[in-house]
Amino acid sequence: MSSFGKPLKIALGLAVIAALIIVPMNFNRYGLFILSQWAVMSIAAMGLNLTLGYAGQVSLAQGAFVGIGAYAAAIMTTHGWPLPAAILVAIALSFAVGWVLGYPALRVQHHYLAFVTLAFSTLAFLVFRNESWLTGGIYGISNIPRPHIFGIATNKPLPFYYVCLGSLAIVSLAVWWLIRSPWGRAFMALRENPLRAQSLGIDTRRYTLMAFAIGSALGGIAGALYAPLTQYIDPVPFNLSLSLDLLMMVIVGGAGFYFGPFLGAMIAVLLPEWLRFTEGYYLMLYAIAVMLLLIWSPTGILGILDRYLAERRTKAASALRAVAKSRLETVQ
Amino acid sequence: MSNLFDLLVAGLATGAIYALVAVGFTLLWQTSQTINFAQGEFVMLPAFLMLAAMHAGAPFWLAIILGILLSMILLGLAFKMLLVDPMMRHGVLPLAIATMALAIGLKEAVKQFFSAEASPFPSIVPTGDIFILGHAVSLQSIGVLIVAILAVFGLTALLNRTSLGHQMQAAAQNPTVARIIGVPVERMILLTFLINALLVALASLLITPIYLAKFSSGEVLGQAAFIAAIVGGFNQVRGAIAGGLLIGVLDNLAAAYVSTQYRAAVPMIFLIVVILFRPQGLLGRAEERTV
Repeated sequence: MSSFGKPLKIALGLAVIAALIIVPMNFNRYGLFILSQWAVMSIAAMGLNLTLGYAGQVSLAQGAFVGIGAYAAAIMTTHGWPLPAAILVAIALSFAVGWVLGYPALRVQHHYLAFVTLAFSTLAFLVFRNESWLTGGIYGISNIPRPHIFGIATNKPLPFYYVCLGSLAIVSLAVWWLIRSPWGRAFMALRENPLRAQSLGIDTRRYTLMAFAIGSALGGIAGALYAPLTQYIDPVPFNLSLSLDLLMMVIVGGAGFYFGPFLGAMIAVLLPEWLRFTEGYYLMLYAIAVMLLLIWSPTGILGILDRYLAERRTKAASALRAVAKSRLETVQ
Repeated sequence: MSNLFDLLVAGLATGAIYALVAVGFTLLWQTSQTINFAQGEFVMLPAFLMLAAMHAGAPFWLAIILGILLSMILLGLAFKMLLVDPMMRHGVLPLAIATMALAIGLKEAVKQFFSAEASPFPSIVPTGDIFILGHAVSLQSIGVLIVAILAVFGLTALLNRTSLGHQMQAAAQNPTVARIIGVPVERMILLTFLINALLVALASLLITPIYLAKFSSGEVLGQAAFIAAIVGGFNQVRGAIAGGLLIGVLDNLAAAYVSTQYRAAVPMIFLIVVILFRPQGLLGRAEERTV
């Protein structure tokens, strides 16, 4: 199976990438906005997947980091700094704050950790809303410029969509590399059995903090792209429900699966849009769909695929065993 | 000084409502490891069920009874059978996420089928003031406090004094052993879900006259109940009561003495401090840490 599995996977991946580049070319403004939003949310969800799915640390604060990134980018670019510099600052800032937020994770786990991060998320929202000398308070920051990339203006929706898509590609490659590196293995060891990980000489303290910091930094990148995407930010999008949404994306897509966040973000961003024809009912239907999916497969969409593949593998293996057994019997 | 007294009474009244909601929250956690992110929406919904009954022509007392019964069926029985039972085996997180989706669904359903506007709601306690020690205190605060305290006392008596309560506690503490000594664990778990539905319906009845019935009113309430439950102790009913009262008072004092802008921050900071230095909660027992 693996002999044709790999080329098939590569072909499928290339087809998806080509489709993401070519198909949106004749999308309207709104379609491009939604698709760009998908790319941005995928980045944020990928960060949370690293923290939660791979390192097993529950965080309800990813939305706050998107907010931190967005405000950093908005404030800097409206003061004349280029976006790449703003992204670097967003990364550094979210990384540092995420590192600090990781400290509670050294003391408490599971639901307690969820609530500490929840509290942090609310505090961040209050700061965005109340410190109006910095963030513009409830009036927010408007006229956030879109960048020039290699001298090309990205004011129009399509070029900026490619900026988002390109950033998603870069982040995806970085995460792909990270989870295959010794660090990624250490994260997974942390999730599976922290005690054993520690006895094998993994510095669990450092990796817990790292998992938080890197995951948060990706949230910061997503935020730094979100600000020029909407060109106007106020505190409301970065309240607790964004953190809950991102968590939902990760779980629905499949926590701990590399492609989980892409699918989860697709469900969370695109499914409500597809359901818009039902007008007032669309969010209700979305909620019901999420519940049904989780009842059917608590490990998310990729969990279904994973179960199916595992079943096929066991079937193939037992078929092989049966053949081997019958051969043995004929020999006897 | 009179200001402080008023704040304390108002804080205790809201705190008592938080306590009701937080107690239900901890009961669900103890018996079935359900972290119910829709608990706030569970408080929001019964008021609308009662309003719907009144719109259909039922008198207020009948609407209350219908509302409570419907809440117990929808938020107790149906919630357990349709969402919790199929997911309980799969760990805490997927179920918690499913309740988040449920919260969205409930909010949207109320918005769509009822109204996006805030609706007034009749009070079961007469309005007006009485004088205690020379201070004017609103009857509503006193009424809320009395009803909530009665409910909490009733529940504690049920849990600690009756055989049924002992069976429920056994089912929560060690389901395997409870099953061996003949406790119908499944039925006990269902009972806690029904009790939770009753508590949220009661809380809804008490708080909605103060804050109006609105589809989004559960968000703040649910968060306050979480914080109360954790601060008091996730695994203790009396912890949740203490936590509720504490958060209610703290919230009111913070609004008056800290700043209205950052009033919401005070309970949060308190929560972080409690979790970091006493994660089992102020009154909770330490849970053995699962490795």
